[in-house]
Amino acid sequence: MLNLNIDGKDVAVASGTTVLEALRLAGLEVPTLCHDERLKPFGACRLCIVEIAGMPKPVTSCTTPATDGMVVKTNSERLYRLRKTTVELLLSDHPNDCMVCGSSGDCTLQELAYLYGIRENRFLGEVREHSRTDHNPFIIRDQNKCVMCGLCVRVCDEVQGVGAIGFSERGFEAKVIPPFGHDLDCEFCGQCVSVCPTGALAGSLWAGKPRSGGVVKTDTTCTYCGCGCNITLSSHGDKVIRIDSVADNHNRGWLCVKGRFGYEFINSNERLTTPLIRKKKGGEFEKATWDEALSFVAEKLSAIKEKHGADSVAGLCSARCTNEENYLFQKLFRVGFGTNNIDHCARY
Amino acid sequence: MNSEIVVSVCMGTGGIAAGGDMVMQAFEKEFEEAGVSNAIVKEHTRLHKVGCRGFCARDVLVDISVGGIISTYQYIQADMVNRLVKDHCIGKRPVTEWMVGDDYHNFHDSQTKIVLHDLGKIDPESIDEYIRVDGYKAAEKALTTLSPAEVIDTVKRSGLRGRGGGGFPTGVKWGFCAANESDQYYIICNADEGDPGAFMDRSVVEGNPHAVLEGMIIGAYAIGASIGYVYIRAEYPLAVERLHMAIKDANERGFLGKNLFGSDFNLKIKVKLGAGAFVCGEETALIASIEGERGMPRAKPPFPANKGLWSKPTIINNVETLANLPHILNKGAEWFAAIGSEKSKGTKVIALTGKIRNTGLIEIPMGMPLKDIIFDIGGGIEGDKLFKAVQTGGPSGGCIPQQHIDLPVHYEGLASVGSMMGSGGMVVLDETDCMVNISKFFLEFTQSESCGKCVPCRLGTKRLLEILTRITEGEGKEGDIELLQELAEDVRDSSLCGLGMSAPNPVLSTIKYFRHEYEAHIKQKKCPAKVCSKLLTFFIREDMCVGCGMCVRACSVNAITGEKKQPHKINNTLCIQCGSCFDACKFSAVLKE
Repeated sequence: MLNLNIDGKDVAVASGTTVLEALRLAGLEVPTLCHDERLKPFGACRLCIVEIAGMPKPVTSCTTPATDGMVVKTNSERLYRLRKTTVELLLSDHPNDCMVCGSSGDCTLQELAYLYGIRENRFLGEVREHSRTDHNPFIIRDQNKCVMCGLCVRVCDEVQGVGAIGFSERGFEAKVIPPFGHDLDCEFCGQCVSVCPTGALAGSLWAGKPRSGGVVKTDTTCTYCGCGCNITLSSHGDKVIRIDSVADNHNRGWLCVKGRFGYEFINSNERLTTPLIRKKKGGEFEKATWDEALSFVAEKLSAIKEKHGADSVAGLCSARCTNEENYLFQKLFRVGFGTNNIDHCARY
Repeated sequence: MNSEIVVSVCMGTGGIAAGGDMVMQAFEKEFEEAGVSNAIVKEHTRLHKVGCRGFCARDVLVDISVGGIISTYQYIQADMVNRLVKDHCIGKRPVTEWMVGDDYHNFHDSQTKIVLHDLGKIDPESIDEYIRVDGYKAAEKALTTLSPAEVIDTVKRSGLRGRGGGGFPTGVKWGFCAANESDQYYIICNADEGDPGAFMDRSVVEGNPHAVLEGMIIGAYAIGASIGYVYIRAEYPLAVERLHMAIKDANERGFLGKNLFGSDFNLKIKVKLGAGAFVCGEETALIASIEGERGMPRAKPPFPANKGLWSKPTIINNVETLANLPHILNKGAEWFAAIGSEKSKGTKVIALTGKIRNTGLIEIPMGMPLKDIIFDIGGGIEGDKLFKAVQTGGPSGGCIPQQHIDLPVHYEGLASVGSMMGSGGMVVLDETDCMVNISKFFLEFTQSESCGKCVPCRLGTKRLLEILTRITEGEGKEGDIELLQELAEDVRDSSLCGLGMSAPNPVLSTIKYFRHEYEAHIKQKKCPAKVCSKLLTFFIREDMCVGCGMCVRACSVNAITGEKKQPHKINNTLCIQCGSCFDACKFSAVLKE
C-alpha cells in the first residue's frame, strides 16, 4: 500500500493508483473535463491539476501515479487561478448558446462556468466556425462546441475498436474529424455521444425534444439481445424521447447502435401491441389476447405432431432472447415435442 | 615535393544555396579541360565536397591546397573558378584579393570545436574520410574494451548534458534506461530540429553523418539497444540523403548490423522521416509519430527511459549530444569535463543569425560571455546599428537585453534571465527590431505548431497572440500588459508539454526588459522601432523629394499625388501604411514616424 497525504487527510491506496483516484478515495474532488475512468488518462484539459510537494509545477492528477509519502494539495489560490483561466479560455472559443443547446443542464463546461462564476471573459477573441453539415443519420456533430477533450476519439478507439474519428490540424485549427473530413460513416454506436461533455456530439433523434422539464427517467433493460444492457429511458408524456446508460452498471454505460438509437418502434403506429390470429384461410388477421394466441398455437402444434410425428415441427429461436429463454425454448422442443429440430438465428 | 592539388568546396545546404553546386561543376570542367594539356592537374588533382564550415555568410567557401599549403577563398561563384584554376592550381599564384581576411580567422579562432571539428574538412559522403580522422575508433573501443556500465560511467563523469534543450545529464538518463528489465531497448536520434533560425543539427548530419551514427552505436551499446531510429525532418533532404548513404556504408563495413567489431552486439538503424510538425521534437510526441500515431505529447511519467517506443525502455538523444560521444570516448571524460563551466560541460553549437555580421554556425565552450559571441565571433551588428537584444533558445526562449550582455552562455546562465539554451539558436536583434513584434512572431509560430491537445497551449497561445496583434495594430488597451503577463504565466504553469510551458517565454521576457515599448504602443500608439506599420505615419520631405514619381507607382491605393519634378504629398486618410513608398524612394525623402 502507498500512504499519501491529500489536503491534510491520510489515505492508503494500492500501487498503480493515480493521484486522481487516490484523492477521490479520500472523498475529495477536483474538476475534470477530459477524464473518464473507463478510458486511459489523457491529461488534456488541465483542470485536475494538483500541487505535489517537491514538484515545481502543478501536475495533472489523472496522469500522475501515486507514490508513497506523497503530499498533495487539491486546492490553492494558484490552482484556482489556473483552473479558472482554463475554463475562461474554453468559453472564449465556445458559442455559449446554452439556451438552445440540447446539452444544457447536462454539460460539464456549463457546470464549470457556473462553478467558477464566469460572466465576463478576459480572453474574448476569434471563435472557430466549422461547417455543421454531416449527413449521417444518427449523430449531430457541432464542432464549434468541441473542447478537444478527446473522449470521443478515445472511446471509439479504446472501447469500440473502430477508430472512426481522429484529431486533425494543429493549433487553434485543431479538430476532431472522420477521415478526410467526410461525413461520419461508422457503426453509429453513439459511444462518442455518450461521453461528450458538451453539446458537440448529440443524437439526431433527441434534437429539439424536451431536455429536462416533464422528462421522466426510467431504468430498464434493453430488449435487443441477450446481453441485457441496463438502459435509462427518458420519456415525455407517453413518448420515449431518448435512451442513455449510466457508467456504473454491468455494461459500464456502453451501448450499441440498436440499444441507443433503435427506440422509435416503441411509439410507432406500425408496432404490434397484441397478438393477431388469422382464423380463416385467406382471411384478415384479428386481434387476440395472449391466452387465446398461446392456446391456438399449442392446439395447432399438438395436432400437427399427432398427425405427422414430432419431427414434423421445428423451432427457430432468436438472439433477442436471453440465454435462459433460449434454454427453455430448446427444452420445450426437445422434451415437450420430442424433436431435435431446433435452431437459432445467430447461426445465419 | 608534394604536388597534390586539393580543392574543397562547401556543399552544406548553405553552400549549395550560395551556388556550391555550380562552383563544384565549374571546377570539374576546368580541371578536365586543363588536364588535357597539364599532366600534373590530370594526375594529382582531388576535388571534394565538404560539409558546413560555419561561416555561411561568406559562402561559397573554397579551400585550395597546393603542395600542402591551404588557402581559403570566400564568396566564390562559378565564373571565378577559371581564374582560381589557372592562377592558383596551375600557376601557383594564389588570388589574394579573393581570399578570406583576418576576420575569417578571428571568427574561427575564438571557437572551441568538438562537434564541428571535422565539419568542413572531411567529405561527408565518404566513410573513408571519416575513418581517416579516427572515425569509429571510439565505438570500437567501447564495444571491445568497455562494459556497457563503464560506457555509462564515462559519459556520466564527462558531465555531458542533453543538447536538444532539456539539458538533462546524458549518462544519468542512460543509467535509468539500462536499469529496466526488458527484452528490447531502443535508441532514437532526435534530428527533428524545428526552431526558426536553427540549423545546428541539420549541418552536423549533413557535414558529418558518421559521427552521429557512431554516437548512436555507443549509446545503443550502453543501454543494450539493438534497434535505433533516426527521426529526421523530411524538409532536410540533403541530410536525409547523406544519412542513408552513411548507414549503407557503415553496414557494408560492419560498423552496423550483426556482430559489430567482432562482438556479439548487433545494431540496426532505421530512418524515420518527420512530416514537419514542430511538436514532434518533444520526445513523447516523437515516439507517437514513429509508432504511426499523431504526434501529440503525453504526460510523463512514465518517462521514455522506462516506457518509450512500443512501451519499451527508450533513449532519445539529440544529434549534437550523440556527435559529442565519440570524442568523449576517445579523449576521456576528464578531457571533456575540463571544457566549459562547472555545471555545463563541453561546448555548445550555436546557429548565429539575425542582425549580425557573421551569421553562421559556431561552437563555443560553455560559459562564454554573450558579448564575446556577438561582438568577437559574430563581428557585431550589421550596418553599425545598435545592439538591442538576443533571442536564445528559439520560440521557447527569451529575449536577453543589453544589460545582460556579459552573461555566461550555459544552461544556468540563460535560465537565470528568463531565457533558455534550447537547442542553440541565437537570433540577434538591433535597434530597428520592435520587441512587441518579435514576441508576436514567435507566438505565431508556437500557436500554429501547438498540437491542440491541452487547453492552455491551444487557446492560451491563441489569445496571447491576439492581444499582441491588437497592441501592434494600435488597438492595445490599458491593462493589456498585465493581462498578457497573467495569461502567459498560466499557460507556462499549466500546459502539458515543453512547447506550451515555454511558448510564453518570449512574451514574458520582452515585457520584463522592454515594457516601455509595450507602453509606447498602447498609450502613445507609437512603435519606437518604427516597425508596426499600423502605428506609423508616412510623409514626404519636400526638400528631399525630386518628384521622380517612384512612390506614386509603388502606392497601391493612390494616396500619393504631385506634379512631375515637384515635391509629392501623401494623403494620410488614404494611406494604408504598407511602406511601399518608403522602400521605393531612392532619395530618402519618404519618412515614417
